[in-house]
Amino acid sequence: MGERTSRLSRRRAMTLAGTGVAGVVGTAALGASRPWERSAAEDHAASAVPFHGEHQAGITTPAQDRLHFVAFDVITKDRARLVALLHDWSTAAARMTAGRDAGEIGAVSGIPQAPPDDTGEALGLPPSQLTLTLGFGPSLFRDADGRDRFGLAERRPAALAALPRFPGDALRPEISGGDLCVQACANDPQVAVHAIRNLARLGMGVVSVRWSQLGFGRTSSTSRDQATPRNLFGFKDGTANVKAEDDDLAQQLWVQPGDGPDWMTGGSYLVTRKIRMIIETWDRTSLGEQETLIGRTKGSGAPLGQTDEFDELDLELTGPDGEPAIAEQAHVRLAHPSQHNGARLLRRGYNFVDGSDGLGRLDAGLFFIAYQRDPRRQFVPIQTQLARHDLLNEYLRYVSSGLFACPPGVRDDADHWGRALFA
Amino acid sequence: MRTSRFLAAVAAGALATAGLAGCGGKGTDTATAAGGPIAVKADDSTCEVARTDIAAGTATFKITNSGAKVTEFYVYADGDRVLGEVENIAPGLSRELRVELPAGTYQTACKPGMSGKGIRNALTVSGSAAPLTADAALADATDSYQRYVKSQTTALLEKTGEFVAAIKAGDVAKAKALYPVARTYWERIEPVAEIFGDLDPKIDGREEVIEEGMEFTGFHRIEKDLWTTGDISKDGPLADRLMADIQEIVAKANAEKLSPLQLANGAKELLDEVATGKITGEEDRYSHTDLWDFSANLEGSKAAIAALRPVLQNRAPDLVGQLDTEFANVETLLGKHRAGDGWKLHTALSQAELKELSDGINALAEPISKVAAVVAK
Repeated sequence: MGERTSRLSRRRAMTLAGTGVAGVVGTAALGASRPWERSAAEDHAASAVPFHGEHQAGITTPAQDRLHFVAFDVITKDRARLVALLHDWSTAAARMTAGRDAGEIGAVSGIPQAPPDDTGEALGLPPSQLTLTLGFGPSLFRDADGRDRFGLAERRPAALAALPRFPGDALRPEISGGDLCVQACANDPQVAVHAIRNLARLGMGVVSVRWSQLGFGRTSSTSRDQATPRNLFGFKDGTANVKAEDDDLAQQLWVQPGDGPDWMTGGSYLVTRKIRMIIETWDRTSLGEQETLIGRTKGSGAPLGQTDEFDELDLELTGPDGEPAIAEQAHVRLAHPSQHNGARLLRRGYNFVDGSDGLGRLDAGLFFIAYQRDPRRQFVPIQTQLARHDLLNEYLRYVSSGLFACPPGVRDDADHWGRALFA
Repeated sequence: MRTSRFLAAVAAGALATAGLAGCGGKGTDTATAAGGPIAVKADDSTCEVARTDIAAGTATFKITNSGAKVTEFYVYADGDRVLGEVENIAPGLSRELRVELPAGTYQTACKPGMSGKGIRNALTVSGSAAPLTADAALADATDSYQRYVKSQTTALLEKTGEFVAAIKAGDVAKAKALYPVARTYWERIEPVAEIFGDLDPKIDGREEVIEEGMEFTGFHRIEKDLWTTGDISKDGPLADRLMADIQEIVAKANAEKLSPLQLANGAKELLDEVATGKITGEEDRYSHTDLWDFSANLEGSKAAIAALRPVLQNRAPDLVGQLDTEFANVETLLGKHRAGDGWKLHTALSQAELKELSDGINALAEPISKVAAVVAK
């Protein structure tokens, strides 16, 4: 009964919204502007993304506007408790992504003497395209001392090898790594935070929050229907991203049969990097230098020497002075697939501002997120090039890093995250 | 050190120096007035310049240091634009400075202990003085900065030599004292040094930017040994390599002529260095002598701007006034942290004091970032 009530509580908002849309027809004719009117785009932004499927949602899903990312340490030694949590999480995730409360009773329908099984801050909010994407870190398989913690060591994919140290890394261990991660993306930040908060609560005693990160604006498009957003350098980011409509997803994104252990087939490897941008010095840099460093124009995002944002990068092009139009050390050249045997990444990073740094500067930057079939052939060689030669490094500090194996999708209510791994 | 440098990429930029560099000498005949070099008697508290009213042309000063501290001698034009200088005049030594001086009013300065504004004297140069044309002023900026680089590299070689000798002699205390001093000359001209991208990381690379397969060498490697273990018994080869790398970069730097645009960018980049590396204490993380580098970057930035001053004065006088104000402000803020002839350690400053310095650098760097566009007009 509680479930029905709680369903109503979240559904009521959607029903009301629906009424609003219906009302548009009537009021639009009068030319009146009504605050409750919603466009088709707004309806879409509020809608639900299916949790169940062949692949996990939140990878090729058109990048939502907001992020709350969390990494957990597993604190139990009991494998069964961990498996039970993954089951409970999957159930709660299916509910929350559908716009329902985390638990069956709900935020306001239980007995007064008991704490609610949903924290309540998403009451009245639509699903907002919430996706929850789970990954397993290398340390889940073997800890720092090499111990096989849960009898999983044999199942660790070779592709989940610790990332090498890149020149210039100034990583803070306390905000790096993790045994598990959950990426929550939504078009409403409150919905994303609500989801992480409730998962963390369900995990008490089994997992502990190691670090978490908010992202206030997407910096990538993962669908051709989306306009390319800008990062905090003010440049369009993700123009040449791997996108849902691309025909090489099997080659670039999804783990294929035979790549490694079967439990990862249909999954994808996730690399996260928190990149502080020294925006104060960047902002004092001339427009010409900014564009030279990136290799694209700041306005349209077109490659230097070309005219349209989506023009294919021409690395051979030379300017009137005989110099390459795109400098030898420009960011887009160093990262280009032609420099890395065709390797690409599906990026879905987010801008962040974590307050200020005590020196009168914003603590701001990019929380970089990239999915791929094999980091050893994709992220690692690309980042090695960038770490060595990218002139942007002068304005960047890499402060956190994470690597996670995101298993394939949860198929249905009987399935749960990581079932094949723990089978 | 910066991980990489863009300056090299703009070296062939819009303002090619080739056409301008040729007209550096302004043609005034060499005319050191009768009586030979102008004697300068310097000690730890005085600076007696034998003549303060001279004729236009090439003046030769002979500075004798009878004090106990190492001193320096400068000839400044308006806004502390360095027209000539001699660094590192050890006690008991004499050095000569030849400097071409058109008619005008100048200041001379001795800097016992190599710090502060120095002991100043007015210097009047009489004769005919035609105002520089815009192109000539730009060319003069290039020449003026090149003189600055030469004076700094001379001292860099000498002080690095002393530092290396102390390391090889196993004299930890002396090496520690010389470390920030030798770096001062490096940090002042870093925009030039960074043009030679492969040498910069060898000389000034920080531990985390060293790539796998590349050896961690240079100042910071020796700094680490000096301040962490204090064991420099195996650092002789490292010291020799530092010296060789410094010799190589000095030879290259002296042959380099920076375009006015490069000067403008260099001035800004030196402040970026302060903002990202020195205020945070990242640069000298073992010795915590970051404020020495801070001061040197600031002086280097000021020297580059001073070289451009005639151009700026002509094209954007308001900007010059703003720069003077903000340079003075940062100098005052930094001056609070002086300790003897040197500086307090980074670790001795409170967060509030660091923030005050950071705010000062930001206030200065904003107007400095506008200089390049003025120069490129």
